[in-house]
Amino acid sequence: MSLVFAIFTPVIAALLIPLLYKRVSAIHTGWFVLLIPVALVSLYATYIPPIIDGTTYKDELPWIPSLGLSFISYLDGLSLLFSLLITGIGALVVLYSIFYLDKKKEKLGNFYVYLLLFMSAMLGVVQSDHLISLYFFWELTSISSFLLIGYWYTKDRSRFGALKSMMITVFGGLMMLGGFVILGILGDTYSIRELIAQAPDLVDHKFFVWALVLVLLGAFTKSAQFPFYIWLPDAMEAPTPVSAYLHSATMVKAGLYLVARFTPIFALSEVWVWLVTGIGILTLLWGSFFAVKQTDLKAILAFSTVSQLGLIMSLLGIGSIAYHVTGDLVTTFTFATFAAIFHLMNHATFKGSLFMIAGIVDHETGTRDIRKLGGLMSLMPISFTIALIGSLSMAGVPPFNGFLSKEMFLDAVLNLKNFDLHALDSWWILFPIIAWIASVFTFVYSLYFVFHTFRGKHKPEQLPKAAHEAPVGMLLSPGILASLVVIIFFVPNFFGNTFIKPAVAAIQPLAYQVPADVGFTIKAWHGFDSLAMYMTLGVFLVGYLLFKTIPKWSPIYKTFPTKLSLNGMYDGLMRLGDSGANRFSSIYMTGSIRSYFVYMFTAIIVLLGGTMWIKDAFVISYENLAPIRFFEILISIILIVGTITILVTKSRLTAIIALGAVGYTVALFYILFKAPDLALTQLVIETVSVALFLGAFYHLPQMNKHEKGKEDRGFRLGNFLIALGVGVMVTLIAISSHSQKLIPSISEYYKETVYSEAGGGNIVNVILVDYRGFDTLFEISVLTIASLGIIGMITLRLAKKKGDRKVENK
Amino acid sequence: MKTNDLIIQTTTKVVFYIIFLFSIHIFFAGHYTPGGGFVGGLLMSSAIVLLLLAFDLKTVQAMLPVNYTVVTAIGLLIALATASGSIFFNVPFFTHAFDYYNLPLLGKTSIHTAMFFDTGVYLVVVGVTMTIIQMIGGDE
Repeated sequence: MSLVFAIFTPVIAALLIPLLYKRVSAIHTGWFVLLIPVALVSLYATYIPPIIDGTTYKDELPWIPSLGLSFISYLDGLSLLFSLLITGIGALVVLYSIFYLDKKKEKLGNFYVYLLLFMSAMLGVVQSDHLISLYFFWELTSISSFLLIGYWYTKDRSRFGALKSMMITVFGGLMMLGGFVILGILGDTYSIRELIAQAPDLVDHKFFVWALVLVLLGAFTKSAQFPFYIWLPDAMEAPTPVSAYLHSATMVKAGLYLVARFTPIFALSEVWVWLVTGIGILTLLWGSFFAVKQTDLKAILAFSTVSQLGLIMSLLGIGSIAYHVTGDLVTTFTFATFAAIFHLMNHATFKGSLFMIAGIVDHETGTRDIRKLGGLMSLMPISFTIALIGSLSMAGVPPFNGFLSKEMFLDAVLNLKNFDLHALDSWWILFPIIAWIASVFTFVYSLYFVFHTFRGKHKPEQLPKAAHEAPVGMLLSPGILASLVVIIFFVPNFFGNTFIKPAVAAIQPLAYQVPADVGFTIKAWHGFDSLAMYMTLGVFLVGYLLFKTIPKWSPIYKTFPTKLSLNGMYDGLMRLGDSGANRFSSIYMTGSIRSYFVYMFTAIIVLLGGTMWIKDAFVISYENLAPIRFFEILISIILIVGTITILVTKSRLTAIIALGAVGYTVALFYILFKAPDLALTQLVIETVSVALFLGAFYHLPQMNKHEKGKEDRGFRLGNFLIALGVGVMVTLIAISSHSQKLIPSISEYYKETVYSEAGGGNIVNVILVDYRGFDTLFEISVLTIASLGIIGMITLRLAKKKGDRKVENK
Repeated sequence: MKTNDLIIQTTTKVVFYIIFLFSIHIFFAGHYTPGGGFVGGLLMSSAIVLLLLAFDLKTVQAMLPVNYTVVTAIGLLIALATASGSIFFNVPFFTHAFDYYNLPLLGKTSIHTAMFFDTGVYLVVVGVTMTIIQMIGGDE
């Protein structure tokens, strides 16, 4: 089966889901859905052996060939690992959701359509080799995740969480698109593999860092890194299967995938190393610290997800140091990448199971509030066992897989001492310290999660439901994941060789040709000379002490003001954006035509004046000027007097008559400048319009009815200046354009041909009806429209007149 | 009280035909001397306006039982038909043709398709002006 087709299988299947949901209501729709991830995971499993040998697969489906856009599915170690995670955990989540979501109460059709859409999108993200199709799938994950978070759309919190996650991830997605476009332009290709080959040439380009930062923004927002993690806790309003799937195992790892995938390109820049490592370790500390504060089971897990993603992110950053060193150090730092991928896999297993347990607790007791829970151990023994396995693995306790990856993490952080760049020989010590503190808090919240839920005193009176063990079907998926947690601990190198090494070879293509070259083995026992082991022992000791004394030191969380928290800032920013935009538009959108005229005329002055100023366009030339005649001066004086009268007069009637005078003067000008047709038309039209003005005047209310004794039109300096400015501008432009006639007029042609070609003597009329009759045709259409408009305005009066009597004209 | 408009009504009866003839003259003369459909149309409507001033709306409507909206439409149609007629002769839209003919009574006359177009303009202008004036005048 074609790989591209495999990506689209879930979404194509999603088309059938509503039909099955409506028609086959006896069977839970999830059972049909389950077939798809199961089929896909078996398909991808067949690729494991060749990928271990170093083979890669590529499948291409042209999309817009003229733009070089195609869906390219490229399967190597990294994308195969992610594809297996997506489909494998997807299958378990679907299985879990069959028992979690009620067939009758829930809109299952919607749920599974969104889920399958998401699955396709995720597969597309991890397999795309084309940047634009990668972005396409990336946004599809944002959208489907938005739909899934808002699944219970009648709840305010769901909608809020969905919107928040949408805003943040789409912000990052758009930034990432910017980065992709820069990369595409720099490398003249959108294929990731071709870009990797070109990376050494690109790294010195001045836009390279921009591309890097923008792509990282995309990765950080999706992977809930500091300070963008804030959407993840709010996304916990989604149904628990969604939280388990999207917000622990897959979507939040899309950012990690992106970082890993782009490491061969961007790691050549030091900015990348510092940003990824620094933000990762900061997120690790921040998330683990605030996880203990939470009282909601899923919120604890959300913060723990944030923190664990930070851990993986910082490991990927340390791993990318391998591009900056030579010799044995390459192997030393690549070990961090190995640890990152290993922890990524481990995290998917234990966090998936923990979320499912949180869902079971919620489902069986009716609450997720840890303050109400307690003493469930004897009531829900299987859930407790699974939760214990997951939590201890998260805390890094043997014999669970989290222990292995946590050890490797500490090792990798300690390895930083070998990298002596930018005084890191003294500063590097910060990293292990932060990592250690974060590990302590991880230990604390892991114990807090499991023991405060399952140990202590049972409080049945506070629970909405009587607690009892979940059905087998619901326990199946977390059970499988929890057993994987244990299995990975005992045979880590099997998983290492099968999944991790091909992925590492894909991230570090320069160092390793085939996965077999990656020479790491996972050891559970480091020996007594390992510093990491002592650090782990310290974590256990200090963590246990802190856990026992939580009530004593937890009040420090109250010292953090809500307003200064990142959520507070986000809310403030949203409010500010909302009210700020409102206030801004209410400032300039006054609704008064007068102010809009002010804007327009000011724009005319500024734009035209500015252009003339910049281009130095003002020219005055005394050539081509006709001599001024006496009548012209006389008529101009009349014209000016008429105009000023219009401006200063206090009565409307005077203004109308002065306007008429101006019109007739213009007609006189036409006569003087030998335009008889214009003069004729001007005279008649002026008469008609003055008559119409008088008609309008007759019906107008008295001008100064309400403000007697005041000036009829107040003088406003601003208006005066603007009017003056426009007048001056137009005059300057007229003078300049008259002063520089670049081409001769075409009127000579009309003069020569008016009789011979057009059979006429009056050039004006011949131009109107013959040479340019087209214009006339539309001008008479304009007249027609105007008259029809007047008919409409006068006869169709639907508005009521005074006295509430509906007046209808004939 | 009813005013006695005898003088203006009598004068109008004479002047109307003079303006009317002048309007026809200026329309036909347009191609060679100042004038044309537009001014001709305006003059024609001013003649009707004079009627309106001397008599009232209903009387004028009885004298000239014309629906000016239809006049506008016919004018527009004539203009458009003249412009599109050229298509049938396989020449571009709006190509005019003219020739000289010996007509009975008139002698050697030039007949120009532009004149038909101008007729359209004339009718539209008359129709539009009169529609506007009647509408506004008749509105209360």
